Amino acid sequence: MSACLDIHHLSAVLPNGQRVLRSVSLTVQPGEVRALVGESGAGKTMIGKAVLGVLPKSVRIVEGEMLIEGEDLGRLDAKARRTLIGARTALIPQDPLTALNPSRRIGPQMTDRLVRILGWSGERADSRIGQLLDEVQIRDPERVLRCYPHELSGGMRQRVLIAAAFAAEPRLIVADEPTTALDVTVQKQILRLIAQLQRDHGTAILFVTHDLGVVAKISQKVSVLYAGKVVEEAGTADLFAAPQHPYTRALMAATPRYTDPYASLKPVDEAVLAGLAAEIAASDRDWRPAHG
Amino acid sequence: MDEARIARRSLSPRLWLAGGWLVLALLAAVFAPLVAPQDPLAQDLMLERLPPFWLDGAEPGYWLGTDSLGRDLLSRLIFGGRIAFIVAFAAATSACLLGSTLGLIAGYLGGWADRMISRIVDVWMAFPPVLFAILLVAVLGTGLSSVIIAIAVIDWTRFCRVIRAEAMSQARMDYVESARIAGYGRIGIMLREVLPNVLPSVVALLSLEMGIAVIVEAILSFVNLSIATDDPTWGGIIAEGRLSIHQAWWVLVFPLVTLILTVLSFSQFGEGLKARFDPVLR
Ligand SMILES: Nc1ncnc2c1ncn2[C@@H]1O[C@H](COP(=O)(O)OP(=O)(O)OP(=O)(O)O)[C@@H](O)[C@H]1O
Ligand SMILES: [Mg+2]
Repeated sequence: MSACLDIHHLSAVLPNGQRVLRSVSLTVQPGEVRALVGESGAGKTMIGKAVLGVLPKSVRIVEGEMLIEGEDLGRLDAKARRTLIGARTALIPQDPLTALNPSRRIGPQMTDRLVRILGWSGERADSRIGQLLDEVQIRDPERVLRCYPHELSGGMRQRVLIAAAFAAEPRLIVADEPTTALDVTVQKQILRLIAQLQRDHGTAILFVTHDLGVVAKISQKVSVLYAGKVVEEAGTADLFAAPQHPYTRALMAATPRYTDPYASLKPVDEAVLAGLAAEIAASDRDWRPAHG
Repeated sequence: MDEARIARRSLSPRLWLAGGWLVLALLAAVFAPLVAPQDPLAQDLMLERLPPFWLDGAEPGYWLGTDSLGRDLLSRLIFGGRIAFIVAFAAATSACLLGSTLGLIAGYLGGWADRMISRIVDVWMAFPPVLFAILLVAVLGTGLSSVIIAIAVIDWTRFCRVIRAEAMSQARMDYVESARIAGYGRIGIMLREVLPNVLPSVVALLSLEMGIAVIVEAILSFVNLSIATDDPTWGGIIAEGRLSIHQAWWVLVFPLVTLILTVLSFSQFGEGLKARFDPVLR
């Protein structure tokens, strides 16, 4: 059985030649949650966008391949690629405020995707959305569907977006820091909800976060990203039991514990950063783009 | 939240005042033959320069007085409104369609389409608009359709610039990205996701442009480049009024007031509509 998402040696550069992704390899098996952790600017969002085919124009892929359920995106023409991505993947975005169109009602925003991607009838899409809203525990779906996005709270909007992401039964969902923009109390509910739906629907998730606490709760596998390079990857339990890379250890040391939230909150060690810089420099020295 | 919204909805005096004046003026213009107390072209030297109704020497039936040829001012203003509104609607709509379409394309697609359209807009805006209008009408020949074409050809850039900027900021929104992921094409996204969000601005600009078209038409009439018939126009009446300002100030003042009220109403009406259309402000 082929992996749900398979990325091989993906490198991407900015117009000034700076590399934002450094030979990234990553696999997400069907039904599995793969966490992608790293500090701000590490390139987590870039990877998500690359998979979904929505990289900014200025970012160019110079090497590597991406396969969704065994189909090489690079071998498809633009239209076939769009269709494949549209049918098999979905996004749970970070900011529920800008992720919904402010001038359209929730209902049509959710259903037109189903009608469009899966060719469903309007009625079938409506009932499907109703069912999903039920699953994300929205009590008054009729009312919510008639609302404009600004009439809902942040948590409600994120529920709506989660429902929309799962509605078309994608094989893979990219969740880009889906709880960062929310209240702490709401974060937990949303996280639990995503985990619940993920299990019920058996959907694979590439879960982008910078929060190791979240990683421990939701994922089975972890990739640790630094400066666009995967510095460590492991099963979640293994990673927490025995982190191999010094950067991973430093990240863990920097994560607050509930018992003593501030004691261990310290910046990543100088020596670790120096080691990382050397590692990145070495990989750039060896790097020869295959094409482009 | 609901209460605040209801309050905001009902409390929009500018929308009502502006809309009220426009409706009144429009109805009067449409039903001019029924509404106007006199024949706007009928000259009567016995009745020349009658003052408005509250001054000594006013004649009943000539509410705002008469001009130096004895024509009823109110009736001329009402009939003049016909041309003003025709030009306002036709010219503003044409400018809006042309400018908004190009602005949407430039702002959303970006790239070479944007560079090309933006360059044209820059060149266009280098011309002083009134001079440009006079030049165009001189080339096209006077007449209603020339005036409309001239205004549309000159003022589409106003729409293009604003809509381009708004479409650009829309294009960066996450929901546009989600639509792309879901497999929508560029045209689909432009019409479905971007257009509804720029529509409030389009409506506001459209209304503003109607006011501008009224002014431009008046200016063209004023310099005798608009409609080459005897039909009264506001600009034409102002031009005549200017000549007899010392003997009959009302012939200048009333059309000016009418013009200013109409133009102001168009812009205020547009702003009010925008506030109402915008789902976030609403
Ligand atoms: N549109 C863009 N054009 C060029 N470079 C960009 C663009 N967006 C981001 N970058 C750069 O790419 C790198 C990776 O950014 P990315 O957004 O993927 O980081 P991230 O890991 O998602 O960070 P965060 O946790 O802050 O979301 C950064 O160095 C950033 O400056
Ligand atoms: Mg990010």
